[in-house]
Amino acid sequence: MYNHTDFDTAFITARNTQFRAQVERRITGALTEDEFKPLRLMNGLYLQLHAYMLRVAIPYGTLNGAQMHALADISERWDKGYGHFTTRQNIQFNWPKLRDVPDILDALARVGLHAVQTSGNTIRNVTADHFAGAATDEVADPRPVAELIRQWSTDHPEFQFLGRKFKIAVTGSVNDRAVIRAHDIGLRIVERIDQEGYKEQGFEVIIGGGLGRTPILGKVINDFLPRAHLLPYLEATLSVFNLLGRRDNKYKARIKITVMEHGLEYIRSQINQQFDHIRPGFSGIDQALLTEIAQDFALPPLRQATQQPYHTAYDADPLFRSWADTNLTPHRHNDHAIVTISLKAHGATPGDATAAQMRRMGDLAQRYGHNELRISHEQNVILPHVHKSDLPALHAALQKADLATANIGLISDIIACPGMDYCALATARSIPVAQAIAIRFDELKLEHDIGPLKVKISGCINACGHHHLAHIGILGLERAGRETYQITLGGDAGANTAIGARTGPGFGADDILPAIERLITGYLALRQSPQETFLQTCNRLGMAPFKTMLYGAPNQEKAA
Amino acid sequence: MNVIVTDTGFGDDPFAGKAPDLDIMSDIDPGTLAGQLAGLAMIRLTFTGFADGRGFSIARRLRQLGFTGQLRAKGILADQYTMARRAGFDEVEIDEAMAMRQPQDQWLARADWQAHDYQNRLKGTLDHAA
Ligand code: HEM
Ligand code: SF4
Repeated sequence: MYNHTDFDTAFITARNTQFRAQVERRITGALTEDEFKPLRLMNGLYLQLHAYMLRVAIPYGTLNGAQMHALADISERWDKGYGHFTTRQNIQFNWPKLRDVPDILDALARVGLHAVQTSGNTIRNVTADHFAGAATDEVADPRPVAELIRQWSTDHPEFQFLGRKFKIAVTGSVNDRAVIRAHDIGLRIVERIDQEGYKEQGFEVIIGGGLGRTPILGKVINDFLPRAHLLPYLEATLSVFNLLGRRDNKYKARIKITVMEHGLEYIRSQINQQFDHIRPGFSGIDQALLTEIAQDFALPPLRQATQQPYHTAYDADPLFRSWADTNLTPHRHNDHAIVTISLKAHGATPGDATAAQMRRMGDLAQRYGHNELRISHEQNVILPHVHKSDLPALHAALQKADLATANIGLISDIIACPGMDYCALATARSIPVAQAIAIRFDELKLEHDIGPLKVKISGCINACGHHHLAHIGILGLERAGRETYQITLGGDAGANTAIGARTGPGFGADDILPAIERLITGYLALRQSPQETFLQTCNRLGMAPFKTMLYGAPNQEKAA
Repeated sequence: MNVIVTDTGFGDDPFAGKAPDLDIMSDIDPGTLAGQLAGLAMIRLTFTGFADGRGFSIARRLRQLGFTGQLRAKGILADQYTMARRAGFDEVEIDEAMAMRQPQDQWLARADWQAHDYQNRLKGTLDHAA
């Protein structure tokens, strides 16, 4: 995985020195609160409901064991002993003191981590497929390109004060695990055969996706961008957005609105024009740097060994079998597996990990996983390269740290934003709803029977919990002083990305769990076979039967 | 009197008393200026607010359109000096109150704007205005 170069280290050191001075200057008054705000945001520091919140980047979701240990140390020394992994491959600390933040940033820098551009109206932490480099369906590992974009976007002089935040995601496969169509720019590495019959790699460029109060799926603006054109094309796009995007209304300031208002054709022609101007300024040296970066992401030397211990445990131990069935994904070398460690123990806060758990995961990565960890946008942790013979020992070690929950992809593997428990913008709680659903279906012992199901919860219209892209989405709102939860059905974050449709009136805090239960019971009765997933049933039958489950038959519809 | 900030710190306005050849705000569409820039000695671009980052892209576009004279930014913070210089500005104009609140040392701390420049490294060119 990527090791910071001397250049990166010098940059981060200088940046942290600047931020330390900015904090001091805020305290002396050289910076007003209005002036300080964008400066702290571009260094990851939010002001939250109860305290400051520091958002640390985990670039393209990749970490090593020492970095995980450093996160654990920080959570203990300067926070309350835990951290929260988010849908954008960041970790958030909810309780740091302003005075301590410069020291926290220095501690991060010592292990090659930072909080640069994890917030603010800048180009944010670039995200990527969490199975990158291990997945079976990949054209190319997206992380080298994500790292190249990280470097290009870092402290970019033109784009530190955009009209709004700007999010970029990269995937290298058709089975989109990076939700690229819900980003301001989504990139997919694709291959084509050029005129001389050679394979050539480039990008499908998708623009103008986003969730929030106006959920829109991105559109293809360029179906094949040659690899070497990437940076000038991104720079042209951002420059067009910076000048054209609205600044009069925060809710209309994202590029999805710019594209909607001006039309895809116009935006495309503006980008192409600007591209032609700036392209000659790129000497091509970035491609040489990209080749160097890519070497850092080479597959680790995988071990050859018998898989027998795996089969023995699988046959003998039902807990191991259940975990293996849900939490493993095929690796491109079939004597290895991709392991997903669930941060969704029934009743826990989705995405939270304690310092002890972080250390345990870091140790296990060093011991069994070539010192690599990933953070997924689904708020879980992944060991991408584990030999199958090591799985029983790994599972036993995870059990000891309460990290062996066998629920990946099931109803209790819920994405939830911090909601009212932490977030100043929240209109309802989301964590307790997630906890209640997980506990209930665990009690019913139904979740394995229900099968693949994505539940996602946001505590307000900003949609940090991706509820639009859930099979069952839950949006917490406030209606007449009471928490109210709206349900959407049929969203999909996968290859056929879709935005869910609202079922109707929302449910109160006491009624949301029974409503979800009715949906599940109804689905179990309606599915054609145990193989038909909730989403498939939903797509086959449409909304009507589900509405009836929620609100009763149409003629006796009652507004809940 | 307003202060002019350059890489060497605070100084007097070298154009003292003389109006800029072109005085624009950061909400202008730079495309409308094509063809009007030849021979101009100085353009002053005032940011509608320090957070109006369009000014940085406009500076780039003015250089792209061939403007080679003095380009002055007005209305930004010391913390943005590096961005301004990299985007193609030559100098920054601040008023006395700002000069008091963010004195010279805070601007000089950002005068090493050529250091740690990722974009330049990736472009492989020293031409900051390109
Ligand atoms: C706790 C403090 C947080 C605040 C104040 C906050 C604020 C916001 C706001 C205002 C938006 C809407 C942006 C827009 O539509 O232009 C947004 C979107 C988003 N946030 Fe958060 N957020 C927070 C935490 C999180 C967390 C914890 C996650 C991950 C679990 C997250 C992930 C996202 C994502 C994925 C979006 C997607 C919508 C989009 O960008 O189109 N945020 N956030
Ligand atoms: S969705 Fe709303 S409540 Fe949840 S984290 Fe985002 S801004 Fe806060």
